Amino acid sequence: MMLKTAITLGLAAALAQTAAPAGDAKNGRKLFAADGCYQCHGYEAQGATPTGPRLGPKPIPYAQFQKYVRQPTGQMPPYTAKSIPDNELADIYAFLQSLPSPPAADSISALK
Amino acid sequence: MSKTSIGRRRFLKHAAATGAAAVAAGASTKGAGAQAPVAPAARAVAATSAPETDPSPSAEVLTTDRPGGDFMVDVMKSIGFEYVAANPGSSFRGLHESLINHGGNSAPEFITCCHEESSVAMAHGYFKVEGKPMAALVHGTVGLQHAAMALYNAYCDRVPVYLIAGNSIDATERRPGVEWDHSVQDAAVLVRDFVKWDDLPISLQHFAESAVRAYKIAMTPPTMPVLLVADGGLQEDPIPAERPRIPKLTLALPPQGDLNAVDETARLLVAADNPLIVADRLARTPAGMSRLVELAELLQAPVVDQGGRMNFPSRHALNHTDRARELVSTADVILGLELTDFWGTVDAYRDQLRRTSRPITKPGVKLVSITAGDLFMKANYQDIQRYPEVDIAMAADAEATLPSLVEAVKRRVTSDRTRLFGERGRKLADTRQRLLERARTDATYGWDASPISTARLSAELWAQIKDSDWALVSPIEFVSRWPMRLWSFDKPYQFIGGAGGAGVGYGAPAAVGAALAHKKHGRVVVNIQADGDLMYAPGVLWTAAHHRIPLLSVMHNNRAYHQEVMHIQRMANRHQRGVTSATIGTTIENPTIDFAGLARSLGVHAEGPITDPKDLGGAIKRALDVVKRGEPALVDVVSQPR
Repeated sequence: MMLKTAITLGLAAALAQTAAPAGDAKNGRKLFAADGCYQCHGYEAQGATPTGPRLGPKPIPYAQFQKYVRQPTGQMPPYTAKSIPDNELADIYAFLQSLPSPPAADSISALK
Repeated sequence: MSKTSIGRRRFLKHAAATGAAAVAAGASTKGAGAQAPVAPAARAVAATSAPETDPSPSAEVLTTDRPGGDFMVDVMKSIGFEYVAANPGSSFRGLHESLINHGGNSAPEFITCCHEESSVAMAHGYFKVEGKPMAALVHGTVGLQHAAMALYNAYCDRVPVYLIAGNSIDATERRPGVEWDHSVQDAAVLVRDFVKWDDLPISLQHFAESAVRAYKIAMTPPTMPVLLVADGGLQEDPIPAERPRIPKLTLALPPQGDLNAVDETARLLVAADNPLIVADRLARTPAGMSRLVELAELLQAPVVDQGGRMNFPSRHALNHTDRARELVSTADVILGLELTDFWGTVDAYRDQLRRTSRPITKPGVKLVSITAGDLFMKANYQDIQRYPEVDIAMAADAEATLPSLVEAVKRRVTSDRTRLFGERGRKLADTRQRLLERARTDATYGWDASPISTARLSAELWAQIKDSDWALVSPIEFVSRWPMRLWSFDKPYQFIGGAGGAGVGYGAPAAVGAALAHKKHGRVVVNIQADGDLMYAPGVLWTAAHHRIPLLSVMHNNRAYHQEVMHIQRMANRHQRGVTSATIGTTIENPTIDFAGLARSLGVHAEGPITDPKDLGGAIKRALDVVKRGEPALVDVVSQPR
């Protein structure tokens, strides 16, 4: 049990250290829509309570992102490399990284 | 049989009905060469009762001033219907005419609809605001078939719609042609699986008793739709000389939980470190919310409102709906009040190639259920959800049981527990405030996006109604529950839950029906209207315009049957093919629908499509001005999927 935990922790650390590959954010935005990511997460990856969480800006580390997309542990349908090749996944990740930070809630009159 | 022939059933009824009912003695079939059966006794009645001034003793009596439909209307008035919704149908022409002339088209007032599905769904929405049934009239055949899906929604939602279906039972009385197509031996069989009770009265006395009985059955928890079949002959033939009487209506008191079980539940709740209250279709009346607030505050226990009704104020410090899963997984006692799906509340389900599920509760948790659903069951339609394994199951109406549960809790609370409850309450209040702040922050993501985010749609709408006496009359799941996260719902009439059976097409007519109930109170009524839903029967917008029902519909126009988009995407991913084609057969584009144009064509003020979020606030304001003048309005907003 301890060995399994250690391996898991080591793997997680290794994954977290994996740098995101370079991607094309503009193409990533197109793929985000074409591949159906928007359906659960919204066109701006803003998330939706019943269907999918917010993905950006500041997405989770790429290795975790890739791992979850390929082998989701929750409700998300799996996107294998056959469905979205690694280079396209990198583009989508670049799109998530490129999203601007939103305005503060206090600056929006309709949210006061 | 020709139009002038007289069948035996009606003939005898005429003869027995009234000494004044002159039946055409010797009336014969036209052209068929056959002799119509004419009873000698009836000839005598006709001969002796003909007015002396009648130039011909054998003249056919063509009129009556006391048709059975009048009595049916008297029955409906005695029950207290405010409205009856229908599009016209010949199988209830007698009742229709009695409603508008004998009844004066008031209490009930005839609401003209363009589809039977709209009639029933309007009655569905009306009940959830008014708390009493609205009647709907349909053809027993083609109308009931149209109405069936809406009726199923009401059944699943435990809402007592009162349906009357016209039919022509006596085959020898039917007009050739269409009336045969519109007649049926057993009309109710089509929907018997999803109405609580039905009957086919064969006399006006029978109609009166069954009409009162139907109302009582419908209103006894678990409340559900009922169906009466109204024979055309009964509607059109004269009322018998010995006038039938209308029985007194006495509603059954809702069943309360067994007192020993209530006391044991109180013991568990008071002793629990992490009790959780979950409510779904709890608030059957306005008292439901205040009773739940009292129980929750007494225990300082968090509440998860699953939203079948307006159960709990959205911004109450103990409303922790947004933390449902976390709370379920840490609770040591969970009290479920009228839960549609207790199993789904305490179990996680995963929709992957191999479907799996697992409990999310911690070991040793005690589960208590109070639901009137345990008192009624049918086998065919599977709205019952998976079997929940609970520790205490009270087959009772939860709202009616809450007062005794509150008293039982009060008896068991000690000063030590009160102190502990206070500490728990303070922590929960702090967490609740953080949930609200998180919701506001979450809403900022995609704030300026086009298509417009459902968060912004909800926030812009809230900003303009929050100082009014307002009500939301639409489901919230398709807009990510933003209204419940951002708005302050604190009155029982401000929310009515969803369709019940998830049958698309409920939203628009239910909203109009609910708005009809709100109308006399002068409330600002808003409906966040899904595009696919509206396309099922958009004619209900005309009904809103025709009857001047003030209602603001803000389109959540994501240009898709979006739930199905996601389903097809899931299949494509699972099969590793065509992940870019899930929109085929699921989207509503090429062409896009001009909902504003559609609404205007039906007499409703409309603007849109709004694609720039900066234009949204102004459009809503202009539409609200129309609504406040007593008219319906629509703003078409092109929106994010969820």
